[in-house]
Amino acid sequence: MLVSAAALVLASGAFTAYTWLTFRAAMVEQLSVQARIIAFNSASALLFNDPVSAQKTLGALGASPSIVDAAIYDNGGGVFARYWRGRKSLIKAFPQISKSQTEAHWYTHGELSLARRIEPQGKPLGVVLIRCELGELTTRLEGYAAITAAVLAACLGAAVLISAGVHRSVSVPVIRLAETARLVSRDKNYSLRAAATGSRDELDFLIQSFNGMLEEIQQRDASLQKAHDELERRVEERTGLLHAANKELEAFSYSVSHDLRAPLRHISGFSKILAEENRDQLNADGRHYLARIEEGARNMGRLVDDLLSMGRISRQEVVRRPADLNLLWQEAWERLQPEFEGRKIEWRIGALPAAECDPGLIKLVFTNLLSNAVKYTRRRECAVIEAGQITVDGEDVIFVRDNGAGFDQKYAHKLFGVFQRLHREEDFEGAGVGLATVQRIIHKHGGRIWAEGKVECGAAFFFTLVPRKPSRPKPANSVSS
Amino acid sequence: MIHAAVEILLAEDNPSDVELTLRTLKRSNLLNTVHVARDGEEALDFLFCRGPHAGRDFAAPKVVLLDLKLPKVDGIEVLEAIRADERTRLLPVVILTSSREQADVTSSYKLGVNSYIQKPVDFEQFQETIRQLGLYWLVVNQPPSEG
Repeated sequence: MLVSAAALVLASGAFTAYTWLTFRAAMVEQLSVQARIIAFNSASALLFNDPVSAQKTLGALGASPSIVDAAIYDNGGGVFARYWRGRKSLIKAFPQISKSQTEAHWYTHGELSLARRIEPQGKPLGVVLIRCELGELTTRLEGYAAITAAVLAACLGAAVLISAGVHRSVSVPVIRLAETARLVSRDKNYSLRAAATGSRDELDFLIQSFNGMLEEIQQRDASLQKAHDELERRVEERTGLLHAANKELEAFSYSVSHDLRAPLRHISGFSKILAEENRDQLNADGRHYLARIEEGARNMGRLVDDLLSMGRISRQEVVRRPADLNLLWQEAWERLQPEFEGRKIEWRIGALPAAECDPGLIKLVFTNLLSNAVKYTRRRECAVIEAGQITVDGEDVIFVRDNGAGFDQKYAHKLFGVFQRLHREEDFEGAGVGLATVQRIIHKHGGRIWAEGKVECGAAFFFTLVPRKPSRPKPANSVSS
Repeated sequence: MIHAAVEILLAEDNPSDVELTLRTLKRSNLLNTVHVARDGEEALDFLFCRGPHAGRDFAAPKVVLLDLKLPKVDGIEVLEAIRADERTRLLPVVILTSSREQADVTSSYKLGVNSYIQKPVDFEQFQETIRQLGLYWLVVNQPPSEG
């Protein structure tokens, strides 16, 4: 708008200036022609000193209303003849024309004066001077200016009208569209719609497309929300079920803890009493059977205890705090000392790191692993038990290794199952709960545990205490789930 | 009715446990002072001379051996009732149970139990435990003076 106005003003200014210049040039030209005619016609009058004739010649200028006055001078600079209109002629002294020129013109006080030598055949006779007023030029210029101004005003008016129209039909919808887009992105409210222009043009098409896009987003948003709600509901439901299952499990282990023990005690008690009080009536077989009954009861008692303690560990929250694993190992070692007292064991214990873990639970891990190592090296003349830390793929891995009975690597996945045993009871006693407990503790820490073994060569257990950082390959024989 | 002064009140519902406990107490020469209640209600009736024991003159035993899992009124409730009554507030109560649940141990001690014993599965250990219990509470321990 401003630009077009400026352009219009510049154009009209240039037009006016051009008109003014050409008009002035035309006036000079016109005066020059008249001066030439007069010079030609008055040459003989000057030659024959006939001022009347020259006066007549000058009188012809009356036909041109803008000419104010005119005069013919002789060579001496005296006025030979003159013409004027209206007021008295103001013509002053003899006009000076430089020697090289035959004609000159100049402007004074809104008037144009033109002087020309009269020199037929190169013989100087005098000078003719004509003055005309520029009033006509001003009038015409004013007329032009008025027209220009009118055109300018009309153009500006048209421009304003067109701009308002464009504003209404393009700018306003675009601004509204932008505002809608801003609100949508700010409030994430996909139910908003941009107002259609109804004009069936590109802009309307754009708005329709934008609204279509919003519609799509709104639908997806709704279905996403629905899926999310559904998921939430399911999680809640599952959590409820889990809580119920946990409650049930607790009730179960309570009942096991309380109710299963009593009959065991009775079996053990009465078989003991029978052995005590009726020993004489029993033969060797009878006494053997009684011994087996007692042993069975004892084993079952241990099984129940192990199961319960595993259940308890499963329910227990891991409370991490900084702990020195060397210290935990040492405590486990001291606790198990009665089990390996008098045996020849070579200990190769490397430095263990400090770790953020549940010290009570990790001590139990060491106790179980160490107890296994001690148990399965029982038949070695010189048992070797190692423990330490290694780095595998940038991960800190703690290991416990022995040179004992070992196991077949193809059964490695069964090692950590509850009640899973890879050895016969008469070879190595056990309930198959220890490693299952160890695995649970490690998993509760977010770590992994795996084992490597070879029959009659020994077994090694490896574990980590923190979740693995992503994008690292998993060891092929990892047992972690 | 004339009663020998009851020194032990055994609240136990399981007949086998009753039999094994009584046998052990008998072997330890402590049997003649035991009264057996087969559920919590009977234990409280006996203690506070109510119901079938209405005619009994109140006399606190030296110790109550209390199972936790009892019909009608369970061990914890019996313990609560004992601690709530002025006459038995200081009565030594020993929980004798199969349960080794930490929750049971905690709530028993919170209610002011004097001792919490888990019955060993192994009969020899069981016998030893009962013998020591009887000896400790009937012979070694000095009960609170009455009144």
